This record gives sequence, structure tokens and C-alpha cells, in this order.
Amino acid sequence: MNELPQQLVNGLLLGSMYGLVAIGYTMVYGIVQLINFAHGEIFMVGGFGALTIYLYVLPDGTSMVIALPLMILGGIIAAVLVAIGAERFAYRPLRGAPRLAPLITAIGLSLALQQAVWAWYPDARSAVTFPHIDGGPFEIGSVTIQTGDLFLIVAAPVSMAILAYFVMKTRTGRGMQATAQDPDTAKLMGINTDRIIVVAFALGAAFAAVGAVAYGLKYGEVQFRMGFILGLKAFTAAVLGGIGNIYGAMLGGLVLGVAEALSTAYISDIPGMDQFGSQSWANVWAFVLLILVLLFRPQGLLGERVADRA
Amino acid sequence: MPGKGLIVRQRSLIAITAALAAGALTLTACGSRDENGGGSDTSGGTTVVIGVDAPLTGDLSAMGLGIKNSADLAAKTANEEKYVEGISFEIEALDDQGQPSAGQQNATKFVADDDVLGVVGPLNSSVGESMQKVFDDAKLVQVSPANTGPGLTQGPKWQTEKVRTYKSYFRTATTDAIQGPFAAQYIYNKAKKTKVFVIDDKKTYGAGLAATFTDEFKKLGGDVVGTEHIDPDTKDFSAVATKVKNSGADVVYYGGEYPQAGPLSKQIKASGAKIPLIGGDGIYDPTFIELAGNDGTGDLATSVGAPVEDLPSAKDFVADYKAAGYKEEYSAYGGYSYDSAWAIIEAVKKVVEDNDGKLPDDAREQVTAAMQNVSFDGVTGKVSFDEFGDTTNKQLTVYSVKNGEWAPVESGTYTG
Repeated sequence: MNELPQQLVNGLLLGSMYGLVAIGYTMVYGIVQLINFAHGEIFMVGGFGALTIYLYVLPDGTSMVIALPLMILGGIIAAVLVAIGAERFAYRPLRGAPRLAPLITAIGLSLALQQAVWAWYPDARSAVTFPHIDGGPFEIGSVTIQTGDLFLIVAAPVSMAILAYFVMKTRTGRGMQATAQDPDTAKLMGINTDRIIVVAFALGAAFAAVGAVAYGLKYGEVQFRMGFILGLKAFTAAVLGGIGNIYGAMLGGLVLGVAEALSTAYISDIPGMDQFGSQSWANVWAFVLLILVLLFRPQGLLGERVADRA
Repeated sequence: MPGKGLIVRQRSLIAITAALAAGALTLTACGSRDENGGGSDTSGGTTVVIGVDAPLTGDLSAMGLGIKNSADLAAKTANEEKYVEGISFEIEALDDQGQPSAGQQNATKFVADDDVLGVVGPLNSSVGESMQKVFDDAKLVQVSPANTGPGLTQGPKWQTEKVRTYKSYFRTATTDAIQGPFAAQYIYNKAKKTKVFVIDDKKTYGAGLAATFTDEFKKLGGDVVGTEHIDPDTKDFSAVATKVKNSGADVVYYGGEYPQAGPLSKQIKASGAKIPLIGGDGIYDPTFIELAGNDGTGDLATSVGAPVEDLPSAKDFVADYKAAGYKEEYSAYGGYSYDSAWAIIEAVKKVVEDNDGKLPDDAREQVTAAMQNVSFDGVTGKVSFDEFGDTTNKQLTVYSVKNGEWAPVESGTYTG
């Protein structure tokens, strides 16, 4: 049986999730040139925020049709609050400091958030079961799609469209572009750059929260460490697509996801490559791809369209 | 306008960041340490500390906390019964997070504390490997309730020539050399499955189990239609699941632990392959069922010994554990942990009694020597050790997921 369509779908689904998280890295980088390593944990907080709504706010047995939008909302609120708090209390005081200071702060914040959830969220010391949507799976040709994946299929493009509209058409969005191009001039033109930075953090957190709900639905669990590896992958996706570019983040995510799926599926079929083909090697191949792309296009696949500072 | 220099600096910042990211990848879990050990009664006489090393935080904490609590129960029971005259036992538990590096640090910490006369743990075979030499150098006895890697007792070349490397290492769990083949025989002879897809997580435990399983399965005449090694840090096994589906396998063997096995089982079933997954004692945990979801029904696991609930010898343990009011379940290794701690208590008792009721100066060395001849009726049956430090109890059980619980299917003794 031809496995390619299914493997492509596997990769695209995984990649969409990377992309949703990568948007946060790329937007914050585009505007303040900070690699916000705590973003993976903001993603994780989004997942727990959504879970909290389901477990402790909604009555038992609420239909997922009603529960899901509220869970997304809860996840977004939790993630955005943490992100704004992080910006206000951890990053803003360091805005004039050497670049390594906020970077180290971000790593510290990432550990702190992990440990906070570990310590205070009930039963979060090991994986916590996430609710699932009943029904499915759906067969389209030789491709099987789960109900949990459906959410991702809808959410990723919709999120992307909302973001594109926001950045291109709204006043605040254009303000973001201006700030990314040149913060000082933007300020002189009357743009409140402090506010723009907060908006960038909040938007990134909101998309990460949507990604976290998708993660929970897809894998059936959330846990305090879920943002760590996924955050690194999403950061990789952002660099691959061209850090600073929101479309690049999504594209980079998709490319990374497909690369992981295809390398798992096919590398072992190449004669002599048998032992390099298993899933444990997928990361290696993904990073080989990253290095190749960066060799020929150091600015990433789509360059730095938003944060073009040259 | 920022000048050219700034851009160059930014690029190098990305380089630094990437290096940091790569470093962080190797660090993974960063759980805080749970120093809160047993806190048992210390009144009267000498206090002997039994160290416990297990993952108390992170993915594997369900099993780790069961180990800690069960060892604690053994110490408390010995104190209540005044089992060793003039000696009271205390537990000190350290968290290894399932990481060999953390385990080795903990081992050093135990060695430095003169009151520690024995250590129960660890859970993971790979952690066990990192601790053995530290303990052996200090002649501090270690009894693992859960390590199943054959090399730990029988040397790296255990398949051809068995050599005991560390005299201070003992275990109450049976090895993968027995568990893998036991699973193969069950699948081939009883469950009548002939086409297997073998997956492991590349860790000492998982890869070892998968290898011994594969050997026996092939010997019996079965067909290995595919192999795959997963990355235990991820949760997305969809690509692997698709491979399994297209391989035409009728059963999946997984060498690894439940945090990955649960999602793996779920995703294999989701891909459309409605075939059971079977694993070793590392997946025999209630959390597996939670993670695997409804489709996990029919999945199988082998585990060491007979089901603790069914053993007459374990009735007291189960009741006492409940009465002690521990927050966590005793989990897969509870009975073995109790027996491991009790073996240390027995060895200490022997040493103290031979020395007119006092601890000798070279207590550690003597306890280690006494351990070799320890023999008692424990929670899991008769507890004693062979010339390699392995348990003489070779019983194993196949469990299957039924109605959201692990139900014993069949117990047996592997004879080889």
C-alpha cells in the first residue's frame, strides 16, 4: 500500500502545530530581537489553562461542541496573562541591557514556569489526561484522519488568516510592522512601541494556546514538560522559515514536520541506511535539513520580511 | 538606523542561542528535588539509614513514588516490630528523574553519609549502570526492585560468558533475559501471533528487552516484519504508526516505558491497525491505560513475579500500605521495593547479631557480605540471591488491559 499520502498528512499535522508555536518566537524576535525561550512554557500553560476550564469550570459531561471554544478561550487567557506578565516583569526591565541578559532570563523563566505547574497544578507531576472529541476516524482514500486532528486542520489555517489580516490591515498590526522595521522612527511617528511589544507577546501566546489545545486533543494528554522539546522544535521551525517572518514560521513548521515524518518513513528504505531511518533519527535529519537551508539561505526560507533591518 | 555591526552581532546571537538550545536538549528534565524522605521514629539506639533512589518527579514518578513509599513501609514495619534490637531504620529518598547523571550524583551523596548502610533502587537500568561502581567502591550494598537489564549482574557479555562485575549489586526483579523470551513464548504459542513489529526506545532497558524478545520469537518460527526505534522525547509517533499499519503485523512488541508506550499504542490504533501492543514491566502501570485510552483494551504486558494482589504473602503488605495512607499507589514495583528494603534490614540484623548487638566499624562491608546469604519469605515470595546477585525467584506474569485495568492472564516460571 502506498504510504506516502498518510505520511505527508502526519507530517503536515505535526508541522502545523510547530507553526502555531513558531509564530510566537518569530513575532517577538521580529520586534524586540529577543528569543523568548519561555515561549514553549507559555504553550504548556495554554494547555493547562484549557484543561482547567474542562476539569474545574464546566460541569461534568459538557459536550465538546460547547466545551471546546470555552477551553480555547481559557487556554488563550492563561497563556496571554503569563506572557504579558513575563514581558512586564522579566523582559521590560532588561530592555536596555546586553542581549544575553534577557536570553538567560528567558531560560530561567522557562524553568520557573515548568516547576510552578509541576508544584501547584493538581496531579501535574505526571501526564494529565486531556479530553478527546468522540467519533471518527475519517478515511479519505488511503488517509486516516482522527477527530483530534480535525481541530488542527481547521485551526491552523484560520489562525494564520486571522494573523495575516491583523498584521496587514489593522492599525495595531501596521504599527507592529513599523516597530519591527525601526523602533525609534516608529516611536517618533507616534506609535506606542511599549504597547506594540505587549501585543506581540500576547498574540504569540494566543496562537501557542491554540496549538496547545491541538496538542492535547491529538495526544490525549498534557504535562509540565510538553513545551520544552516542542518549543525547541518550533524555534527551529521559526529559524528555518526565516526568523522575524510570520509566514516563514508556518512554512518552516510544515517543512520541519514533513521532513520528520518522511525521514522516519523512508530513510531506512535506502540501501545501507537502514540503521539511520528510525524515528530516533528524525531529529538528526530535521537538523541536517536546517543546516542545508541555512547554508544556502542564511536568512531562512522566506527571509526577514517583517523584520527587515538591513 | 542600526549599522552593519549590529546585524553581525544578531547573527552571532542566533549562533549562541542555537548552541544553548542544543545543550538544553541534552538536559531535559529539571524537576526539583524531593528531600522529604520517610521521617520515621528515631528514638532509642542507633539509626540506620536506607537510601532510596528513584524518579520521584517527571514521567516515571508514578513508579518511583511507589518504590519510595514501599521502602518506607518496610522501615516503619521493622521499627514497630523492633525487628533489629537497638536499631531503628530511616528512609532517605533522592530523586534521579530517570537520568543516569542524577543517579550517580545521588549515589555519591549516599556514600558520603555514613549512616547509610544500604540503598533501594533505582528504577531504570541505565541509572543502575551509572551507580554501580560508586556503590561498589564504597562497598555499600544496593538492591534494585526494578532493574531488569541482564548486564547489570552478569556483565556486559552476559549472553556468552556470565561474569559478576559488582559484588555490591543485588536485585529482586527478574531480568530481561527471561522477560523478553517469556513474552515471545506467550505471543507465539498462546496468542498465536506470528508477525511482529518490534519497537524500542534505545535505552538500556528497552533495547535489551526488544533484543531478547526478537531472538526468542525468531527461534520459535515467528516473523519480524519491521523494527523501529522511537525518540522518547517526543509524543508524535504517527509516522511510526503508519509504518506499523502498512507492515501487516498482527502484534507490536514495545521495549520501553509507559510514558511513550501509552501514546504509541493509542496512535497505532488510530492509524487503523487494530493490533495489540505488548511490552515489559515498564508499561505495566495504570498510567499506561490512561494514556492509551479506550483503544488500549487488549494490550498486554509481562511483569516480574506473580500479581501482588493474588499472593497470600502480599495480603499484609497491601493492607498495611493502605493503612499507612500513602498518597500514591504502590505501583508495579511496590512489593519488590518492600522486599528490597527488607533484605537490607535482614542483612543489617545478621551483622548486628553477629557483633553482640552493635554495628561494627566496617558495617557496610559486612552488610554487603551478609546480603549474599539473605533468605526470607517476602511479599513477592521467597527472597534470596544467586551467585550473580539476581533473584532466585523466576516467576513472571502476563497481564492484559480489561475494563480499564491490568488483569492477570497467566503466570508462569520461565525455564529457558
